[in-house]
Amino acid sequence: MKKDIILCGVGGQGILSIATIIGEAATKAGLYLKQAEVHGMSQRGGDVQSNLRLSTEPIHSDLISLGKADLIISMEPMESLRYLLYLSKTGTIVTSSKPFVNIPNYPDEPALMAELEAMPSVVKLNIEDIARELMMPKAANMVLLGMAAPYIGILSVEQLRDAIAVIFARKGEAVVEANLKAFDKGIEASHQ
Amino acid sequence: MEKRLLLGDEAIALGAIHAGLSGVYAYPGTPSTEITEFIQNNVEARQRGIHSRWCTNEKTAMEAALGMSYAGKRALVCMKHVGMNVCADAFVNSAITGVNGGLIVLAADDPSMHSSQNEQDSRFYAKFAMIPVFEPSNQQEAYDMVGRAFELSEALKEPVMLRIVTRLAHSRAAVEVGPAKGENGLCPAKESWVLLPGIARKKYVELLDKQQAMADAATASEFNKVERGGDGRLGILACGIAYNYVKEALGDSANVVKISQYPLPADAVRKLAQENDAIMVVEDGQPVVEEQVAGLLGAGYAIKGRLTGDLPRTGELTPDNVAKALGSPAEIPFEPARNLAARPPQLCQGCGHRDVYTALNLVLAEYKDYRIFGDIGCYTLGALPPFKALASCVDMGASITMAKGAADAGLFPSVAVIGDSTFTHSGMTGLLDAVNDNANITIVISDNLTTGMTGGQDSAGTNKYEAICIGLGVKPEHVRVVVPLPKNMPEITRILKEEIEYNGVSVIIPRRECMQTLQRHLREKKAAQNNKA
Repeated sequence: MKKDIILCGVGGQGILSIATIIGEAATKAGLYLKQAEVHGMSQRGGDVQSNLRLSTEPIHSDLISLGKADLIISMEPMESLRYLLYLSKTGTIVTSSKPFVNIPNYPDEPALMAELEAMPSVVKLNIEDIARELMMPKAANMVLLGMAAPYIGILSVEQLRDAIAVIFARKGEAVVEANLKAFDKGIEASHQ
Repeated sequence: MEKRLLLGDEAIALGAIHAGLSGVYAYPGTPSTEITEFIQNNVEARQRGIHSRWCTNEKTAMEAALGMSYAGKRALVCMKHVGMNVCADAFVNSAITGVNGGLIVLAADDPSMHSSQNEQDSRFYAKFAMIPVFEPSNQQEAYDMVGRAFELSEALKEPVMLRIVTRLAHSRAAVEVGPAKGENGLCPAKESWVLLPGIARKKYVELLDKQQAMADAATASEFNKVERGGDGRLGILACGIAYNYVKEALGDSANVVKISQYPLPADAVRKLAQENDAIMVVEDGQPVVEEQVAGLLGAGYAIKGRLTGDLPRTGELTPDNVAKALGSPAEIPFEPARNLAARPPQLCQGCGHRDVYTALNLVLAEYKDYRIFGDIGCYTLGALPPFKALASCVDMGASITMAKGAADAGLFPSVAVIGDSTFTHSGMTGLLDAVNDNANITIVISDNLTTGMTGGQDSAGTNKYEAICIGLGVKPEHVRVVVPLPKNMPEITRILKEEIEYNGVSVIIPRRECMQTLQRHLREKKAAQNNKA
């Protein structure tokens, strides 16, 4: 079994934290993993992505092939569309529905949403609103991870929860609890 | 054996710590930065007192590492590919002196120029200097190779290169790590390293005499291997991470020679040619091996690669362009998105560089033929909208010397914008030229108290900039410090105008901490307070 996941968003939105948590869970589960990240200049408000490959068999390439991604997990709706060529026929897009507009030529929002909704398998939600309702605006990425959890498949929800606890442990119990709550809220939302 | 999830960079760092490293020397540069950072933050490295402080530039790093090797200890010098240009004098001559303690030169190449101004291939440098190269295909090899590279360096008494590319540097995988080996004791070289012509000629012959041993080491290397699974129509030479893409496309059904240690094993290449109708050379970067193979096999033999257009001439390899070259292109179910716009990187909100460009654009709008020569750092983004302020960005430090040359030619106003870390890296010598010529230029040292673009490493000249400029001969009254904030715009523009009008070298230092490091420092402060409470 294998899962190819593209994580994407805008520099600074916290996609690498999502990657770190999935990575922790996969390592503990004894899966093979490769995770290519973007460092450096593009982190400054530009588009960023990470290729995450999980498998029960050894993995060769650090990069995902075109048309092979099982899942696109995106912190931003337009960014989720940037990687359409990588999505497999049966792949799913899990994305925030809230545009991050830091460019003058951001596409027409209704047209963007219509294009996204026309995809065969899409879950989208305003994760920032949910995180704000929970009084933890910084945990929007954990809401997104929760939404994506049922689609990751190769890792169970419990394995992901354990990884969140490990990764945030050094920031104290309150932070762990807050992030788990955001994650659970995301799972709940994805079932609705 | 313990398994750890590591970036390629981190695997190299840990491999070096475990292989008895005594010092890492480096200037930050994507994608090499995380190697030195890992060593700086590693508990064992700290306990052992492994040297890991950042250097002023790659040349000082290379020379210090050579000095540590002279003293008998194992040293690692790390840089991005263009850093090889900066340290080239020391690097090439380190092959002539030879080494004492093991010396690894780590060059992180950036095909596709994710964060660079070119995609030069460091394997050319190693060939030029006539030393061996290790090129890992995955994180495990990266870890394992460091120890083998130190051993080879000490056996041959020559520096060796470890060449990686962005996709290995910045990709994570599980790595089995072993126990740590002790460091070498202090044991300075006995023979002379004085490269006077008489000695250098002798040493050069010694280097030539070692070439066969280098080739033998590559031939016997555990990192080079032959796989036979194909039908004999196409043999594949897969170098470094290219091997992964070949395996991804063809699995075990191909005739492959995997190359992860150089010099190129000539016999393996000839054998592959004999056993197959044609050879495809798959290598990330420039066609270094492809050119050599053409020389080895002669004009009659069919060689495919980047030079023949079977693989793209520019840019990094991907599983897709390799699969396509091997005859199995990807099937892509979806069309490209219609509602999509480019999102280039930009200066952070609240960044002091923004205020610098706002002020420069305001003041220079009054002049007809001005130019602002830029340099390398976050502030290069001043070339993009909304500022569109820069005429050039070439190499570290070039802003000052190009502004000087343009002023020599009669350009006015001729302005240079350079960051604090870039100034100490390679701007100081250019400033001395400008002072000695009394060039009519205005230099802006945009000081954010850090090396910002690579993630906020210490900057070598922090708190020393006024003293450096005055020490190099800029008149004290023409070294002006301002705080780049919107509320100070009237003062900043007035001072800029005065210094542009001054006929000679003036330096303006807008100084305010980088937003990224400021936020990090605030977080650390808050965490410290929470711990106390």
